[in-house]
Amino acid sequence: MTALQVQALAPYFVLAGGVVLLLVVVAWLRTEAVAFGGALLVLLASLAAVPYAADAGPQLVDGIVRVDGYALFFFVLFALAALATAVLALRYLPPRAAHRQEFYILLVIAVLGAAVTASAANFAGFLLGLEVLSVSLYALIAYPEDAKPPLEAAVKYLVLSGAATSTMLFGMALVYAATGSLAFAHGGGDLASGDRALLELGQAMLLAGVFFKLSLVPFHMWTPDVYQGAPAPVAGFVATVSKGAVFAVLLRYALDSGLLASEVLQTAVVVVAALSMIGGNLLALLQGNMKRLLAYSSIAHLGYLLIGLLVAAAPGGDRALGVETSLMYLAGYFLMTLAAFGVLTVFSGQNPEAEEIDAYDGLFWRRPVLATVLTLAALSLAGIPLTVGFIAKFYLVAAGVTSAAWLLIWALLIGSAIGVYYYLRLVFAMTKRGELVAEPGPHPGVAWEGVAVVVALGAAVLALGVQPSPLIALLPTLGGG
Amino acid sequence: MILGVILLLMAAGAAAWAAERVVGGRAPGYVSLAAFALGLAWAASLWLGGPSADGLYAAQSFDWIPRFGIAVLLEVDGLSLLMVALTMFLGIVAVVSSWDEIEGGQGFFQFNILWVMAGVVGVFTALDLFLFFFFWEVMLIPMYFLIAIWGHENKSYASMKFFLFTQASGLLMLLSILALVLFHYAASGVVTFAYRDLLDAEVPAGVRVWLMLGFFAAFATKLPAVPVHTWLPDAHTQAPTAGSVILAGILLKTGAYGLIRFAVPLFPEASQDLAWWAMLLGVVSILYGGAMAFSQSDFKRLVAYSSIAHMGFVLLGVYAFNEQGMQGAVVTMVAHGFSTAALFMMAGAIQQRLHTREMSRMGGLWVHAPRMGVMTLFFVVASVGMPGLGNFVGEFLALLGAFKASWPLTVAATFGIVVAAVYGLYLMQRSFQGPPNPDVQAMRDFGAREMSVMVLMMIGLVWVGVYPQPVLDLSAATIHSLGVLP
Repeated sequence: MTALQVQALAPYFVLAGGVVLLLVVVAWLRTEAVAFGGALLVLLASLAAVPYAADAGPQLVDGIVRVDGYALFFFVLFALAALATAVLALRYLPPRAAHRQEFYILLVIAVLGAAVTASAANFAGFLLGLEVLSVSLYALIAYPEDAKPPLEAAVKYLVLSGAATSTMLFGMALVYAATGSLAFAHGGGDLASGDRALLELGQAMLLAGVFFKLSLVPFHMWTPDVYQGAPAPVAGFVATVSKGAVFAVLLRYALDSGLLASEVLQTAVVVVAALSMIGGNLLALLQGNMKRLLAYSSIAHLGYLLIGLLVAAAPGGDRALGVETSLMYLAGYFLMTLAAFGVLTVFSGQNPEAEEIDAYDGLFWRRPVLATVLTLAALSLAGIPLTVGFIAKFYLVAAGVTSAAWLLIWALLIGSAIGVYYYLRLVFAMTKRGELVAEPGPHPGVAWEGVAVVVALGAAVLALGVQPSPLIALLPTLGGG
Repeated sequence: MILGVILLLMAAGAAAWAAERVVGGRAPGYVSLAAFALGLAWAASLWLGGPSADGLYAAQSFDWIPRFGIAVLLEVDGLSLLMVALTMFLGIVAVVSSWDEIEGGQGFFQFNILWVMAGVVGVFTALDLFLFFFFWEVMLIPMYFLIAIWGHENKSYASMKFFLFTQASGLLMLLSILALVLFHYAASGVVTFAYRDLLDAEVPAGVRVWLMLGFFAAFATKLPAVPVHTWLPDAHTQAPTAGSVILAGILLKTGAYGLIRFAVPLFPEASQDLAWWAMLLGVVSILYGGAMAFSQSDFKRLVAYSSIAHMGFVLLGVYAFNEQGMQGAVVTMVAHGFSTAALFMMAGAIQQRLHTREMSRMGGLWVHAPRMGVMTLFFVVASVGMPGLGNFVGEFLALLGAFKASWPLTVAATFGIVVAAVYGLYLMQRSFQGPPNPDVQAMRDFGAREMSVMVLMMIGLVWVGVYPQPVLDLSAATIHSLGVLP
């Protein structure tokens, strides 16, 4: 390992070293403040190391990970999401879990796993990162120790996700058998027809596993149940970091390996994308539960995101524009999803869980700040201007029009039109009157830190919706995987 | 400066919301009135200042999202100035008309009114298609809130329908805009959303019609034209008074403005090819709107359907493709803004006093409230198309223009004026005339506050009716500069 490689990996080392240190410290200093503060410090320190790592330029380390602008962009997204999640959990966990120290450490481990996944350059890095991420997620989902729903969700996620990972592993083995290489850029253009079929079969299995992790139709069944059972802040973390990491590695693999040059696989991706956009939005219409609604909406959003993948990696697409679009959409998706789950978390406070949409009736008149942020998040998810969701969706439509992906554009437009309905229903619930009298005093357990995080997320949704240029200017410099 | 005015309205919205918490009482209403008065003064000063050499009263531009060649490009020409002035004036009317209708949430109510109007001013001045679409959507959310929060018994359904219709048709327009930009890029190598550059875009003949239809769908829905009009009767009827005033007075005009400014000039050939069909839609709207208005028993719903009929004249005039037709459309937009806003204000006032919109529960109201009776009579007569008042000039010019384009359609449309007389007088008879309804013991008449805006709107209608030349001059400059007339 050269000095430059070490420099490039600095943020990852900070995370890994920090985790070990925290585990040791927490073993004998069992206070929540130390674990929470330590986790924040480690995340912040790793973020501080990102510019230093970026100076090293793109570095391929042992063929396993490639640290470049693309990978570091995701690193920053994941670390920021974890910071928000940790702060949100601070007041959410105490009524639900007695031992909370490890929660924050697991969060840091999950970021490490996600970051490695997003920077993977071969199957070893991919699997290593993904398993580190997934195993910490099982524990995070099941964290509230006395309640049954989180446990149920965690077991469900463990079993199904395990099945998906093994499918993926099998696929990787087949790809290796066909090409003799674990690297993403495994070649395969000049294979004999038998090997070619083996390669495509392997890639199809790989895609199936990835689609499961991204909860795309028809691999989406687990999503609403797991979101519903998981603690609210963790559900937001799963919706963003876990999916973001898997999408990052999917995009990179597709770019490196020419995955979508195969017509069958390309058609499969198109079909899955269209099904997810329409199916996710249609199923979301039927939900009366916030977490399930957000789960189905996330299915639709990942479907939209596949347009970015297709534009970037399909033959005849525009690689740079496709990558830019995907990064933009993911950044917007992170902000608005975390904002929505953030409000859910803060509003739940010490109550069982503010899951039912009815619980939000008249929120505008009781808690105008939370309601405003949730409105911004909902409008952004619906893709209405003045929010980052609109800019992101504009990117998708523009990229789709450029590559003439008309079927997907129509699916996107129809899906968005359906989506408007249920997002607005949520907004409508919040504006209901009849409970005009303001509630005396603050909600028990609603804390200023959580509100601050949520307001910051809402402000970012608004600011990037009005002036997206700084982010847009950053994206092309990331090198496109 | 233009952006400054838009931001002023938005800031005033925030201030009104804050004023509710800090000062309370009527403070939000005063903030809103002050903002609209400032806006109106600004429009007046532009008008008095006169246009520059290129026909613009004000212009502003700077880069916004350079990655896609998107700029903040705002310009006020004759037509825009007319529409902006109308917007500001009706803003005042909307605030006054709901002065004591709103209980609770005054601040947020004024916030929404100001933000709708900020979006509207943007729509009337934006000359970058992305920016235009942006403002087009910005109008939507606050309007949705106005209906959803302060609306009447069926507000949930009405607000959702309004939003879905507008949003879905707006997405079609977005698709058309993007395709247009892409074709322009393919030919010139420049990515831009600037209106003037896109006028020269070379779109393949087969695709042109489809792109035009994308724009047409959005504007016809907003206008609204049959068959995409069904959101309007619900939204108008359920909206609070201020919401109806804004919807009928201003938001419908954004559809008409879009047709004149964007749909026709961007696709002159495709528009010309489909002109007859568009005029037919106009005629159908006139007759259908009139017939439906006549069969309503709800005061507000009747006025709502009459709006569909009046907007039919706008569609007819625009697609006549000659100067009289366009002029007629513009004058109708202004006159309809006054007359319908006044009638909706009347409907709101009656509902506030009698707690009903059903005309069967009215009758003989003149006895209790003679001032309201006179005002209703005046605006009903105006809306029916009495010579000497604004609506007559507009509809007459529109028919004159349409006659040159297609006389059979014009003859059919003329019957619409007869129908208008029928439902207009029917409305008057059932509410204010006839034997007094025994259920109504007393009704508070209009006070100075209501009368003052009513009189202002009367003056506006008489002015446009007797001496329309200033309005025609303002719009003529724009119509000629569009370069689509033969």
